[in-house]
Amino acid sequence: MTIEIKVPPLPESVSDATLVAWHKAVGEGVARDENLVDLETDKVVLEVPAPMAGTISKIVVEDGATVVAGDLLAILDEGEVAAAAAPAPEKTVEKKSAPAAKEAKGPVKTSPAVRRLLDEHDLDATMVTGSGKDGRITKADVMAFLKSDSSSDVAPGDSAPAVGVEVVTEGLAREEKRVPMTRLRARIAERLVDAQQTAAMLTTFNEVDLTEVMALRKRYRDDFEKAHGVRLGFMSFFAKASVEALKKFPAVNASVEGSDIIYHNYFDIGIAVSSDRGLMVPVIRDVDQMSFADFEGALNDMAGKAQDGTISMDDLTGGTFTITNGGIFGSMMSTPILNQPQSAILGMHSIQQRPMVVDGEIVARPMMYLAVTYDHRIIDGKEAVQFLVSIKDQLEDPSRLLLQV
Amino acid sequence: MSRSFDVVVIGAGPAGYIAAIRAAQQGKTVACIDEWKNKNGKNAFGGTCLNAGCIPSKALLESSELYHRAGHEFKKHGIKTGNVEMDIAAMQKRRASIVRQLTGGIAGLFKANKVEGLVGHGKLLKNKQVEFTPVEGDKEIISAEHIVLASGSEPIELPIAKFDDDRIIDSWGALELDTVPESLGVVGAGVIGLELGSVWARLGSEVTILEAMEDFLFMADRDVAKVAAADFKKQGLDVRLGAKVSKATSAKKGVKVEYEDKDGAQSIEVEKLVVAVGRRPVTSGLFADDAGIQLDERGFIVVDDECRTRVKGVYAIGDCVRGPMLAHKGSEEGVMVADLIVGEIAEMNYDVIPSVLYTNPEIAWAGKTEAEVKESGVAYKTGQFPFMASGRAKAMEQTSGFVKIISSKEDDEILGVHIVGPMAGELISEAVLALEFSASTEDIQRTIHAHPSLAEAVHEAALAVDNKALNFPNK
Repeated sequence: MTIEIKVPPLPESVSDATLVAWHKAVGEGVARDENLVDLETDKVVLEVPAPMAGTISKIVVEDGATVVAGDLLAILDEGEVAAAAAPAPEKTVEKKSAPAAKEAKGPVKTSPAVRRLLDEHDLDATMVTGSGKDGRITKADVMAFLKSDSSSDVAPGDSAPAVGVEVVTEGLAREEKRVPMTRLRARIAERLVDAQQTAAMLTTFNEVDLTEVMALRKRYRDDFEKAHGVRLGFMSFFAKASVEALKKFPAVNASVEGSDIIYHNYFDIGIAVSSDRGLMVPVIRDVDQMSFADFEGALNDMAGKAQDGTISMDDLTGGTFTITNGGIFGSMMSTPILNQPQSAILGMHSIQQRPMVVDGEIVARPMMYLAVTYDHRIIDGKEAVQFLVSIKDQLEDPSRLLLQV
Repeated sequence: MSRSFDVVVIGAGPAGYIAAIRAAQQGKTVACIDEWKNKNGKNAFGGTCLNAGCIPSKALLESSELYHRAGHEFKKHGIKTGNVEMDIAAMQKRRASIVRQLTGGIAGLFKANKVEGLVGHGKLLKNKQVEFTPVEGDKEIISAEHIVLASGSEPIELPIAKFDDDRIIDSWGALELDTVPESLGVVGAGVIGLELGSVWARLGSEVTILEAMEDFLFMADRDVAKVAAADFKKQGLDVRLGAKVSKATSAKKGVKVEYEDKDGAQSIEVEKLVVAVGRRPVTSGLFADDAGIQLDERGFIVVDDECRTRVKGVYAIGDCVRGPMLAHKGSEEGVMVADLIVGEIAEMNYDVIPSVLYTNPEIAWAGKTEAEVKESGVAYKTGQFPFMASGRAKAMEQTSGFVKIISSKEDDEILGVHIVGPMAGELISEAVLALEFSASTEDIQRTIHAHPSLAEAVHEAALAVDNKALNFPNK
């Protein structure tokens, strides 16, 4: 029996993927679940495992091609050739961060000037739409691509792996560097601009006194770590407090789809983390059903995956609310941008000792400014403010978290 | 019972015979009807191109060029020839023999491809029928699924200088002269006029070319026209611009040609006068009134971009439809139409058709002239490389002219290539390929060209566009 190997369903925000590399050649035996091929999407590298043991009889799509969900990739002849071929996992674990531009250029025939430009900008021929004879890529096509790519104006950001090449103007000591956006960067840019264009974004601020949270952490740090094997961080407090507040204000946990509001009866919290590959928002699911320890463990897992590039598409999609912490970089105050289609995002900031008036006395307290950016289309100002106040109240008196009040 | 074919082509010139062969290769049954008759009374396939145009003129251009060089250049090469003599009869015999071989070759190709070559007149009737009147025998009605009209063109006759087949002749007549006229007048300094003028000037005629337009070679790039004009003058071709011929009458020893230019009425006397003011489509007797074929105001058969006439299943190609009257344009239309007939996707790129003048120096171009680019508003850059700096051209003793490339300033795409100089007609093919593939100047820059060759001039011109020429100081 022969089996068609197809591109697995891609999440709806991802339109296509680039075939990075085949791990198997025609005629090679594969074991069941062994990775056949890597597909790179905007966010992750997907693996396509063999549905059963057999031999690859035909490879339809070559390295570097752009594919969409359902595209036929290869034909597998079923059969028990597997045993010998089974041990090949080391191949599949290799670092996938660098897009395989070199190999990708193989199947697309290009002219000398096009080759030079692609090499110089570390581009993949499949990224450029050809306008020449029979769809060939011309130099003009690549130049147009580079132009459109750089015109989206990247803020010097937390990502942008430095594959840049100095191209232009080498004035004496002044030089500029033109760096094509990575796919990930381009996708981030697109989504952020998209959010800014569609939502009616508004940000409300508050401040929170973290004396109690810090005291609690200090008191139970060692016990917690001993009991659960993870450190007790701030994030679990904020996530749990957010969930309780979301329960009180369902609109904040909702999303907009066309002219409908979709209320989610679950609490999947995205946590923005920065990685070498760029900003990512892995989603931790059903946080309402998690203990502090569960949450901290899940968060550690995600951060690790984001860092070594093994994060999966599933880890990054969905989410009903997002928390971003600019405080770890020292931000005092910011207005986060929505992670669409979600309708709100909580921004955490740096903790500073500030003079506060408590019971008529000026005392130093560890303070943090909080910001909630919300989509005013479906969340009223009153709800947003009360939502934030609810978070503040819980954090200033963590026993509320226990009692869910 | 009447015969029927999948495809009937009327006309076996470079458009028609190619269409017929291609359609046959595509598995169709094909007949190709042609009634060309040569001056010796014999019928021959090949149309104007093979019998009375491209091929015989190139044969004579080559012979006359060699004669000219033997007399003028061989000494410089260190070759002593003594008195170089011309044998015009032998020259003409050679020309006729080349024509005979090539037209006979078409008959052979028809046979090999199983195309039925029918000698006689073809006329399109309604309902996809063709009336075939053979040279010998009775009329017959042939039916066809698809009919391709490729009837070609003929020289335009001036009412003030009617052809008499003796003193006032057309381009065909000018190719078959058996003596060298002492003086030759040519009306029209287009491709045909300049080529024929060149032939007879090299063979000793005193040639005067009268051109009504003020601009010399108006369709060519101005830089090219300038060099060409200077070279032609040096060769003794007397080209008079802005000269509007008003009358040509028989005189004692030839033809008296009266014309007007900016200085008023002028006249010259020449032994022979060639009228080469252009060509017009041949359509008389080609189709019945009720066949549904439409002509435009200039007499061309009306077709769309894919050479379809208004009648379903009837196509028209070559000189009898719009576009430049060039054999290679007609041939390509023939290929396209044959492919369309079998349901394949086919199209013509009318923007990239090379033009060539087989004068000395040769002139060839493809794409836009600098003036056209300027008018289109596209920011552009140009590069030139003179054959003076080409080793091969020097060795050939043919250093006149240059290669000029015009490219888009913004994205480096090549917009036009203009060559005046040795083998320009051969060199232009690289440019045509580049244009067809939307190549950039850099693509040519990065392509290795053999040394020493004339093609290096194309390479250097591409480099010169970006002021990177290696064998000539940059501007």
